[in-house]
Amino acid sequence: MNFNATLFGQLLAFVFFVWFTMQYVWPYILEALEEREKEISDGLEAASRGKRELDEAHLQKAEILEEAKKEAADLVNQANARANQLVEDAKSTAHEEAERIKVSAQSDLDQAAKRTKEELRSEVAALAVAGAEKILGSEIDKDKNSQIIDQIAQEL
Amino acid sequence: MASKELNSTDYIEHHLTNLTYGKCPDGTWSFAEVHGKSQVAGTEASCNISEMGFWAFQVDTLFMSVLLGMGMIFFMRRVAKNASSSNPSRVQNAVEYLVTLVRDQVQDNFTADKNPLMGPLALTIFVWVFLMNLMDLIPIDLVPWIVNGFAAPNAEGGAIHYFKVLPVADINAPMGMALGVLILIHYYSIKNKGLGGFLAELTFQPYGKWMAPINVIFEIPGFYAKQLALGLRLYGNLFAGEMIFILIALFFGGFFSSVTGVLAGVAGLALNFIWAVFHILVVILQAFLFMVLTLVYLQQAHEHH
Repeated sequence: MNFNATLFGQLLAFVFFVWFTMQYVWPYILEALEEREKEISDGLEAASRGKRELDEAHLQKAEILEEAKKEAADLVNQANARANQLVEDAKSTAHEEAERIKVSAQSDLDQAAKRTKEELRSEVAALAVAGAEKILGSEIDKDKNSQIIDQIAQEL
Repeated sequence: MASKELNSTDYIEHHLTNLTYGKCPDGTWSFAEVHGKSQVAGTEASCNISEMGFWAFQVDTLFMSVLLGMGMIFFMRRVAKNASSSNPSRVQNAVEYLVTLVRDQVQDNFTADKNPLMGPLALTIFVWVFLMNLMDLIPIDLVPWIVNGFAAPNAEGGAIHYFKVLPVADINAPMGMALGVLILIHYYSIKNKGLGGFLAELTFQPYGKWMAPINVIFEIPGFYAKQLALGLRLYGNLFAGEMIFILIALFFGGFFSSVTGVLAGVAGLALNFIWAVFHILVVILQAFLFMVLTLVYLQQAHEHH
């Protein structure tokens, strides 16, 4: 137990080992360590970000769903309204058409009646003339009496 | 024990003698002579340890500490080379635990600007001192017995008659490390505070510059005592632990000779176990303390007052 040159031998060994550790050991292990720490903290951050995004997506999904529902309901309403409108339109068109047909039928009818009346009148006139000829036994000068005949026919 | 009975004093003395290789007064280099014969069989010893003076090397101390240090850096280097952040092996996990522990200590105790030396320094100190301390738990006669060619130390023949397996029980090992720390403290003190600032810290405190002589009397011993104590603490603790192991080992002396010898041996085994368990604590604690105190002192070397 005495001081001697061993002291410096030990010192040299100490310096060498510290140097070696500093050069070839510490940085590598620390690097791996810090890299892993970073990876873990990054991973945790990514996870929490992912969770946040998921929450947001859930919210968004609900919103979109809500909107889609509303839109669908609107569409259905619109379709219903349109259908009603169409039915109304068809109804009124049909009504008008029916009216028109009725009117034209009426006018046809009127015309036919008028024509028939006209025909009847002329026939009656002819008949009346023929009757009168028979009664009178002579021919009536159509040209002379046409005024009278027309008058009779007018009065019919 | 085999040929000659060792008495207790011889046994203890034997365990406290380092394998020493040094320069004798006559200028030759040789292993030391103890009790009239060379420490290593087949070599000529020309003087004993005390005659060698400064130029002597405790071969066992250097061998064990360098061996353990080499083991440490090869192991660490292998782990460092294969270190991966995504798929760490079990060994890497263990080393990383150690590195994290050291890093946390560095961050707690060394609050000055980042100094890339502190982490490696602290790690080296902790692991190396721990390994050296751990040698204390090896059965006290095992390694001397092996290096002596599997023979009792006092047997005829043998190979290396003296070998202390615990490097820190030799004052040169802890003091060598403490010397390294002392050099670092001076280097960083002067680097960070300037030579003037460093000297001012030692002379102008605590009573102001007009009391400089008194300040010096207070400060200089305090400044160096703590650095000296850094090495002495480790040496003292482990030397004392080793001493207890040696004393306990004396219980085994008469194990095969008598009934009381057997009883003493059994008591010795129990004591040895208890002390070894207790010593595990000392082994770790002293390594940890050496590291933390180194960091604290170096932190002080970085601080401005």
